Amino acid sequence: MSCRCDMIGETGLQFYGKITASMSHEIKNALAIINENAGLLEDFTLMADRGMPIDVGRLKTLAGKVIKQVQRTDGIVKTMNRFAHSIDESVKNVELDETLKFVATLSGRLAFVRGVTLEVEPGASPVTIATRSFFLENLVWLCLDFAMDATGGGKTIGLGAEQTENGARLKFTQLQGLSERTTSAFPGERETALLDALRAELAINVRAAEIVLILPRDIGQ
Amino acid sequence: MRVLLVDDEEELVSALAERLRIRGIDADWVSICYDAIGRVESKKYDIAVLDVKMPKMSGIELKRRLEEKCPGMKYIFVTGHGSEEDFLAGSAEAGTAYYLVKPVNIEDLIEKINEILND
Repeated sequence: MSCRCDMIGETGLQFYGKITASMSHEIKNALAIINENAGLLEDFTLMADRGMPIDVGRLKTLAGKVIKQVQRTDGIVKTMNRFAHSIDESVKNVELDETLKFVATLSGRLAFVRGVTLEVEPGASPVTIATRSFFLENLVWLCLDFAMDATGGGKTIGLGAEQTENGARLKFTQLQGLSERTTSAFPGERETALLDALRAELAINVRAAEIVLILPRDIGQ
Repeated sequence: MRVLLVDDEEELVSALAERLRIRGIDADWVSICYDAIGRVESKKYDIAVLDVKMPKMSGIELKRRLEEKCPGMKYIFVTGHGSEEDFLAGSAEAGTAYYLVKPVNIEDLIEKINEILND
């Protein structure tokens, strides 16, 4: 296996591991909320057995909280499932706004912990390219990871896709923390390997406070 | 005995505090780390139960800050990590052997609270 494939494989596995760990953590949190509220329901029934009056309104509220967390968990599992299927096809047509929204969802908990808000700015019309979906998601995630550190806490990162003559551009904006120092090590080996695999380029504009990923319309087979 | 619970999931930590109070344990909760620091300045707590992973400040960092304000307070960590092994691998600097994995069994938590107070 070539060195570049090893790098891409390892990077992909790290991406996969971090995302599934983050989502399993979120599922644990949702289960914990269900556990405590179901536990409270149980406590109230035990108290009722001992003659204490039941507050029906309170029971309804608790039941509602349980239902809400079940729905939250279902959403997380659906996202995990979609992520798992990202690698089903090597090359396929991807709609870039959807890719950005999806990776923003995958990164949600990580962004929250870092105090960063991710805002996908929808384009005027869909932008579609033929590319390696999983590699693109991986690269977008790496760019977001870097951008979150570059922008600092309490900030917002804007994400957007634009059509170009030969393909498309993905922009990561509002990165006021970018400087020559912060960008000196980015892109690193992992990002460079993915850029090569996607036949993409990466441009960093410190003055405009943005990172731009330039992608071809059709990566070919 | 007074317990302070800290977790960014408000629906979790408020329910847990209520369940402890039903069992006769004086428990307060906050969902923002900085509120925990403010709270211990105004009220004395014997034990703080801290979520490990929270926005803006980890449970471990919060413990360090609380130790400056309340030298005698004891700590229990609660983690959403997938397994106890994961927690130990990632939190070696926690400096406490008292931890539980979510979802927490209320009886296990009370047992840990009693264990730590008798330590």
